[in-house]
Formats: sequence, C-alpha cells, structure tokens
Amino acid sequence: MTETTLNIEGLKTYFFTEAGIVKAVDGISFNLKKGESLGLVGESGSGKTVTALSVLRIVPKPGRIIDGKVEFNGDDLFKKTEKEMRRIRGSEIAIIFQDPSSSLNPVYNVETQLRDVIIAHQNIPKKEARKKLIELLETVELPDAETRMREYPHQFSGGMKQRVAIARALALEPTLLFADEPTTNLDVTIQAQVLDLLNDLKKRFGMSLVMITHDMGIIAKMTTRVVVLYAGRVCEIAKTYDLFERPRHPYTEALLAAVPRLDRRKTLRVIPGNIPNLIEPPTGCRFHPRCNYATQTCKEDIPVLEEIEPEHFVACHEWRNISLKGERSH
Amino acid sequence: MAKHQLKGRKKPLTSRDLIEVKDLVKYFPIYSRGVLLKKQVGIVHAVDNIDFNIKRKETFGLVGESGCGKTTTARLILNLIDPTSGEVFFDGENIFEKFQSANKEEKLKLRRKMQLIFQNPYGSLDPRMTVFDIISEPFIIHKHIPKSQWKEKVYELLELVGLEEYHAERYPHEFSGGQRQRICIARALAVEPEFLIADEPVSSLDVSIRAQILNLLGELQERVGLTYLYISHDLSSVRQISHRVAVMYLGEIVELADTDELFKEPLHPYTTALVQAVPIPDPKAKSMKIILPGEVPSPINPPSGCRFHPRCPQAKPICREKKPELLLAKPKHTVACHLDS
Repeated sequence: MTETTLNIEGLKTYFFTEAGIVKAVDGISFNLKKGESLGLVGESGSGKTVTALSVLRIVPKPGRIIDGKVEFNGDDLFKKTEKEMRRIRGSEIAIIFQDPSSSLNPVYNVETQLRDVIIAHQNIPKKEARKKLIELLETVELPDAETRMREYPHQFSGGMKQRVAIARALALEPTLLFADEPTTNLDVTIQAQVLDLLNDLKKRFGMSLVMITHDMGIIAKMTTRVVVLYAGRVCEIAKTYDLFERPRHPYTEALLAAVPRLDRRKTLRVIPGNIPNLIEPPTGCRFHPRCNYATQTCKEDIPVLEEIEPEHFVACHEWRNISLKGERSH
Repeated sequence: MAKHQLKGRKKPLTSRDLIEVKDLVKYFPIYSRGVLLKKQVGIVHAVDNIDFNIKRKETFGLVGESGCGKTTTARLILNLIDPTSGEVFFDGENIFEKFQSANKEEKLKLRRKMQLIFQNPYGSLDPRMTVFDIISEPFIIHKHIPKSQWKEKVYELLELVGLEEYHAERYPHEFSGGQRQRICIARALAVEPEFLIADEPVSSLDVSIRAQILNLLGELQERVGLTYLYISHDLSSVRQISHRVAVMYLGEIVELADTDELFKEPLHPYTTALVQAVPIPDPKAKSMKIILPGEVPSPINPPSGCRFHPRCPQAKPICREKKPELLLAKPKHTVACHLDS
C-alpha cells in the first residue's frame, strides 16, 4: 500500500507571455501513494491545473516545463519520448476536466468518440470495442446506455456529459486519475451523484485519484491527504483530518475560516487583499502580503517545506511561533 | 456609520412588507420553426404560481438548482419581463400596473428604488468607461445628484464598498473579480435604492474573495438599511447571509422558513436531499445519506401532481395525482408536500 505511484520534485512550469514570465508552478513537490485519494486545493492561479497538465506533459503554449522531475511508478516521465507519453496518457494516467462540454467533440456521437479511444489504444475489433463501451457506460451509470450512446454531446445534460467524460477517461483502465474540478459546473444534487460515482469507481478499479478543487467540502469528503497550493507553491501537505483539525500554515487556516458551512452559521473571516500576480510574485513567502503573522524574514526568504510531524509538511518561517485554529474550534 | 445619508428614506416604517409577490406566473411560449405557419408547440413553465413576502431590512434567500426559475423571479420582480399573471407589490404599490400606466418620470422613480447585481462582474461593466463614469452614470439618468456633487458622491460610494478614491480613474480590466463586484455594488447603490437583488453575486469569485463580498453585503445592510433578495444555488452562502429562505424546484416554491430552521429541520424531501448533498468542509461531519436519483425534469412538460415526485424517495400514489399546496406546517414554516399531512 505504501508504494509511490507519483513523485513530483521541484516542478517548475512557466508561461512565456508578452506581458512577462508567469511563474504558474514554481517548485512544487509532493508524492502520491498507490490507491490514495489526494486533494490538490487552492484558488485560481495557484497552479493546481498546471501541475496536472505538466504531469501529462500537455501544458499549452506559451507554457513550458522548466525544471523538475516527475516519476510515475519509478519512471521519469520527462525522459519519455512523445510516442511513449502518448501511450501513457489514457492507459496509465487519465484526466477529466471541469467543463465536459468543451472536452467532448461536438461533431461525433458518443459511441464514435469513445470507441475510437478504445480501438486506438487496444487494437481490438470494432464489435468487441462496442461491447466494451456499453459495459463501460453502464459502469458510469448512464441510463439506457445502448441507445443514448448514439446521441451527440449536446443532447446530454451537464451531469450526463460528465459521466461520459469519466467513461472516456476510464476506457483504458488507467491507474491514476486526475479529476480537475469535475463538479464545479454541476448542480448540487448532480454533484453528489458524480462524487459518489468517482468514489465507487476508484474502489472498483483500484485507482489512485488526484482531486483538484477549490471546494473545501469536496476535499473533506473525497480525500485522505491534501496538498494546499498558493500562487504556484506548496504551503502545506497533511492528512485531510489533520489539516482541518490543526492547520499549520496561516493560509490554510485563513482558507478554512473563509468558507461558509451549511450545518452551522459562523463568522466568516476575510483574507485581506487579492491573489498575487504571478509575473511579479511577492518576494519571500508569497503569502506574506496577506498574512497576519508575517515578519521581516517572510518578506525576504523563501520558506522551505519541512516535515514538522510525521506526514505533515509546512512551508512557513513562523510555524513554531504561531498557534492556528482548525475548523472545529470556530 | 452615518456618512452615507440617504434622502427620501425617512418614510415612517410601517409593518407592511417591502415586497409582496402574489400568484406570480411566467410561461415562455415555444414556437415551431417557420415564419408563416408559426404556431405554439409548448410552454416553458418557468415560474408557476409563487407567493412570498420580503420584510424590510431582511435578506430573503431564494435557492434552487439551475432552471428552477430563480432568475426569472428576479426579472419579474423588477418588471424587466412581463408576467403571464400575478402581482408584485413594492411598498404597497402594484408595480406591474405602475409600470404600465405611469409616466416616464414616475417609472424612473420606481426604478431607483430597486437595483440588481449580477453573477458576472466582468460582463456587467463597460470596459471603455472608467470607474468614475460607471458609478456616475446613474446620476445622468436619474438626475438626483447635482453635477457639482458627483465627485464627492462617487468617492463616498467607493469608500462604502471598500475601494479607494484613486480607483475612480481606472478601468474595469485593472481590477480583480472581487473588486469588480464591489464596483457593481457601488453602481447599484448610486441611486440610493431600498431593495437590492443579488443574483449569484459570489459564484464566479474565489473562495477567499467570496467571504469579503458576503461580509460587505452584510455590512451594507446595516449601514444603509437595504433589503436583499439573495439568489444562489450555493446553499452554504445562502445560509450564511439570509434571514429567511425559499427553496424552489421547477418553478415552484416547495418550502419557506427561517434560515436556521430550514437547514436544521427541513420538511420537504427535496430540501433534505439538497442540504445533504452539500459536502461540509470538515472530515468529521456526517456524510450524506440520501443521494437523489435522476435530474431535474424539463419545465416544458413538468411532472403531474407534485413536480418532485419522480425523484422523491418517499413518494406516495397521491403525489403523482394531486399537487400539494404550500401550507403552514409549523409557525413561520411553510411546505408543499403531501407527506406531512
């Protein structure tokens, strides 16, 4: 169980835009154990999605992976040829995106586009692929799969489209799935269905799951360990339970205090200021301009990620001197 | 506190509710293709017979999934679209009659009392206008502020929503999403309204910024004495800001109660499922028990009887046949469901 599926070390992905170099991911390191559900949480611009795209080596232009190492089952993915990567994408590592309507091809019906994925990778006859596809669509609980797969993406509702997208991601039985905000566009009752489905499928196929989201509720429900990102860097890595109970980074604490909850009313504590611009990010700790505990050191030195308790990492100069409140003490 | 003085607000406070919505109905006809032989082939039941009141200085939450008629309700209350039938009273005045009969000046007067902010602050600000122009544009239309005082008033509004004076000379693209929403709020407040409809005001914002805007709306209510209709699909934010909440499903209100009561002891099975479907940001919290099957049906042919019955885990035969009425189940708590009767 403690086998490492994915190991990311010092990943740097920059975007070379006309306005300047956007340091979207700036030295991110974490790992993922086999069969684990890892949460990647942060606000927009924190580098969640770019991290996933970098692992798959599908960073869009003008972005480029500058530095770092990504090991998947011990193999360095950045040393693979493009041809080898193409095999890995889909059959080893798959990804589902936030907006299923833009990730499905509108001019092919569902049967064609999903069958092609199977045929391209597995080289089996059309008939067999079709049979496999029906099975697959039934696995993702698409009602009336055999008739509905002849329909086009626009004929499906948002939730159904996301099920089709999940089916496509699972078609080749990957061992690692990135789910990038998979339910952000969906209604709450549909979100509950899709999250439940993802949990089921994960158990069934024994996959490792990386759940990318900004929703602390989904993190609490779906993951066992969390990586908190801020402005392209890791702030804190901890078991989900510990993170909510005893956050050790001021940003994590502030994020928890800023989220309203349904089961009780609480005073929302505001994080002052805005998310920094990543062309000229703040010096030192990138959170320091918004941090209540910032000192001179925070402005000057970049904090390193250190293990302060078993499996609890934090990148903060001040962690020894401050006591932070978890979700339960509000 | 009293820096933002509002004129014309000194009316005696009566116990009368600010907004009364009575039997409000909006159907959208669907036509077949063709020009000459165009005929009606169906009706979208967007809003179907809803009733509610909003008290003064109250935040009334309207919650439901996409397509349940929340936004249509907002547009009807502002008379941006004409209703199929029903009435809306603003401070005792029937606004549909008023908008049909009144002369231009009186219409403007009525418009000044109610304002709207939208989900997407990027789309609702003109990129070629400075913030000063955006916020002072209502002054041109309503002529309630002499030109000599525009500057002072704009600065006052900026201060009120937590922006700085120097922001007035900038353009919308120079601001972040949260700041743009603040500009939208300042513009809405420029006409000194009594009633503000906020349609998903924080949905497009980041979590750390959402709390800022929710807190700002709360603060403004205290400082200026605003009444809000807060529309959202996000139950947690509705819970945070509202005093009373109505839950809509397929164009109808299925439950209405005080916020704490509604979320602690929901009576309608739909509300229960909705509340349980929201993941709580706490790994120790109890996880959901009921996962609602299926999806919201089409409002073109809504299900017979109770519109929720095809998805309801507790549906009985009567639910298919008879439409439940919205009845008082407990003091200040109404629900439209056959199960409790």
